[in-house]
Amino acid sequence: MAKDELKSGYKLIGTRPNRPDGLDKVTGRARYGADFSLPGMLHAAVVRSPHAHARIKNIDVSKALALDGVKAVVTRADLPTGLSGEDLNLQDNTLAGDRVLYDGHAVAAVAATSALLAKDAARLIAVEYEILPHVTDVDAAMAPGAPVIREGVADYSVPEGMHPNVARYMAFGHGDLEAGLAAADIVREHTYKTEATHQGYIEPHACVGQMGEDGRGEMWVCTQGHWYIRRMCAAVLGIEAANLRVTPSEIGGGFGGKTTIFIEPLALALSKKAGGRPVKLVMTRSEVLRATGPTASASMDVKLGMKRDGTITAGQVFFRMQGGAFVGMSPIGEALPCAFACYDIPALKHEAVEVIANRPKAAAYRAPGSPMAAFAVESLVDEMCRELGLDPIEVRLKNGAKNGSRSSYGPDYTVIGLQETLEAAKAHPNYKVPLGPNQGRGVASGFWFNHGGETSVSLAVGEDGTATVSIGTPDIGGSRASIGLMVAEFLGIPYENVRVSVVETGALGVNEPTHGSRATFASGKAAVEAARQAVAEMCRRAAADWGIDPDAVEWKDGAAHPAGPNAGKFPPMSIGEIGAKMGSTGGPISGHHEVTAEGVGASFGTHVVDVEVDPETGRTTVLRYLVVQDAGTAIHPAYVEGQYQGGAVQGIGWALNEEYVYGADGRLQNPVFLDYRVPVASDLPMIDTVIVEVPNPGHPYGVRGVGETGITPPLPAIAAAVAGATGARIRSLPLSPPKVLAAIKAAKG
Amino acid sequence: MTKIHVTTTVNGDPAEFLADPRETLLDALRDQLGLTGTKEGCGTGDCGACSVIVDGVLVCSCLMLAAEAEGKTVETIEGMAGEELHPLQRQFIEHAALQCGFCTPGILVAAKALLERNPDPTDTEIRYWLAGNLCRCTGYDKIIRAVQDAAAEMRGAA
Ligand code: FES
Ligand code: FES
Repeated sequence: MAKDELKSGYKLIGTRPNRPDGLDKVTGRARYGADFSLPGMLHAAVVRSPHAHARIKNIDVSKALALDGVKAVVTRADLPTGLSGEDLNLQDNTLAGDRVLYDGHAVAAVAATSALLAKDAARLIAVEYEILPHVTDVDAAMAPGAPVIREGVADYSVPEGMHPNVARYMAFGHGDLEAGLAAADIVREHTYKTEATHQGYIEPHACVGQMGEDGRGEMWVCTQGHWYIRRMCAAVLGIEAANLRVTPSEIGGGFGGKTTIFIEPLALALSKKAGGRPVKLVMTRSEVLRATGPTASASMDVKLGMKRDGTITAGQVFFRMQGGAFVGMSPIGEALPCAFACYDIPALKHEAVEVIANRPKAAAYRAPGSPMAAFAVESLVDEMCRELGLDPIEVRLKNGAKNGSRSSYGPDYTVIGLQETLEAAKAHPNYKVPLGPNQGRGVASGFWFNHGGETSVSLAVGEDGTATVSIGTPDIGGSRASIGLMVAEFLGIPYENVRVSVVETGALGVNEPTHGSRATFASGKAAVEAARQAVAEMCRRAAADWGIDPDAVEWKDGAAHPAGPNAGKFPPMSIGEIGAKMGSTGGPISGHHEVTAEGVGASFGTHVVDVEVDPETGRTTVLRYLVVQDAGTAIHPAYVEGQYQGGAVQGIGWALNEEYVYGADGRLQNPVFLDYRVPVASDLPMIDTVIVEVPNPGHPYGVRGVGETGITPPLPAIAAAVAGATGARIRSLPLSPPKVLAAIKAAKG
Repeated sequence: MTKIHVTTTVNGDPAEFLADPRETLLDALRDQLGLTGTKEGCGTGDCGACSVIVDGVLVCSCLMLAAEAEGKTVETIEGMAGEELHPLQRQFIEHAALQCGFCTPGILVAAKALLERNPDPTDTEIRYWLAGNLCRCTGYDKIIRAVQDAAAEMRGAA
């Protein structure tokens, strides 16, 4: 457990101890969503629409209910009416109303005494549809004559004359765009497209719900945020949040896709109808792909002006994004501010529209909006660098955001590490490896805001001087370890003496999910503040024992010490001694911290990738891959590297193979992992990482958050590398072999 | 539907259960025997989360019927550690080769099967052997390193 670097002066932060939940997870003991069972439990299955758009004329559940062992069926008629806004969207997505809006839209659910029986019963539910015209492509959905998916979705922001499927419009910018473009030596403009991809967590959504006729219930569920589950289920079912207790299981990946509800209200509604028997509901993989959160698909126009020396004089984007058949799900509000976040450009204009289409309700996916925006903007920057013969890192160093720069979306950056990531990438040996035939190198930078959010943490000192920390952000990738390290560092006790638990909704105030790269930042910050309170109390106890003023006591190395010679001469009183007698010195010692965490530090990264493209097949092989990213401070460097590597590989999948393929019938053509192909081990090289540390002044230990930025640069970096290898610039993802082959042929003329 | 009486050996212990003719080995392990360490990621043989060893052969338990386990010997993640962890399990923890950990049982079982046939695999051999085990979190880098180090340890080279 050697420190990676000693520069910080920390004892524990920056070390790589084993995670506390590691043993359970390598032995199969850890309990995930589908691993819970209760006595008397029923199993449920969901009936889903095979049509992209249809009116529901009738649902006949009689045959299903007649089957022995079937205990309950729910349809939309069982849910309360009168909801509005996002609550109504959630309810509409949980169970369709009078119309189904995408292939896979839930129509009914059934609970029975076994999972096989529930599936049989689901097949017996007869739904009569009147098929309506559909549209799934983002550009087609706003073209004249496109079928109107829902009336009246446009809000006040949408300019006159746009198609009724356009739901929102956004615009902002600064500077004189025309003057900026006029000052450029070259102005280039292109359209870029990205397909929808799925978060692809290996664990399908799963829950066990129980609700009595009094409307009180319990739920065990794999989720990134159990308070969100509680609030959303309560809204959809018309119950009070306090009457639902939600306990998170271990979670088998989320990446944003498990921050919302899909099946959870169904398990509760079925349980209530089945006399309060608990109901387990587990999605199949096809259900996950057809009906849960893919990301948006995007079509993006970018225009840039550049001088011969690489100075970017002006930039303009117009993004079109669809996030399914529900308003508010496309990430235009994130994509636009991310578009030029890595740059300091005097004149910028940003515009975007959100379009609805007959696709599933999109959910957040790792840095929502940022990868698409980066694909568009970073690709064009790269194209112009190649045209002018400029080094892509030098151009980014020249135009890149710096400490104190005004960000492209308004606020001033405080202390940021973009330049440091660029310098580290430039200095890395990967940037100097000579390239062979059919090989190319791509570089791109990426950005994510990071997030604070509602956070509540409590900490209790044990009788033996250990500490238990209760947090509300589920641990998806080692955050128990990172939070344990920070608390142990602060208290001055061994890492092994701190136990961090993820607790249920009744145990803490409201916590936002583990999203926005916030768990180690916000729960960590709150845990340190909770520890600070406990330390203050321990100092008071010591002071009382010594008969001195509490201000004359200081805490170091896990013990209270008299502060300086004037405080008196007392031997240090350790946390163990204080804990052992706390019952007689005033009672239990604990600390709490509740906050909407501020002080978020923006995250930047730069990736360098080398690929080889087979000119015969168009297949791209990633030869080497480098992630450089500013962590602020890497609390547990191994899990920081893991986030960098995992994010990069998801981005590689998005760039090279992953896409939602819809047929002319509006049905998803590839709802299994065989056809929705995420990267496998044999597709990849090792993923090299460099952790840059420019501490965030807004966190006691300098943490920024590391989860999301890593998925952003791979899309443009790989497209740039393929362009380098083939001479063909492809402006739509994925770079599948047939597409690359066709582009190579077209480039050769 | 008439159930089938299945007698088998799981992790060295005799096990008996009544299987629905359509029930997979994966479901029987999880629901009948309470061995929930084996995971379902897809149910179609594409993700490897359900990997177990049946009579010495690595299989996707989601693709095998429970009734086919009659008279066979099944090894799951729950049987991998003795009094001490298997070197693969320990190396996975030490290398941070798991993030969410959902793919981990399947990958450990598959990697153990690899090292039993090939105690000194190259990186490429490990990557191709594990190509049927999806991990969405790690990018595989730390998994490959953990398997390499476990192999070295088991060869006595570490
Ligand atoms: S669950 Fe068996 S291979 Fe995925
Ligand atoms: S660690 Fe999450 S899928 Fe592998």
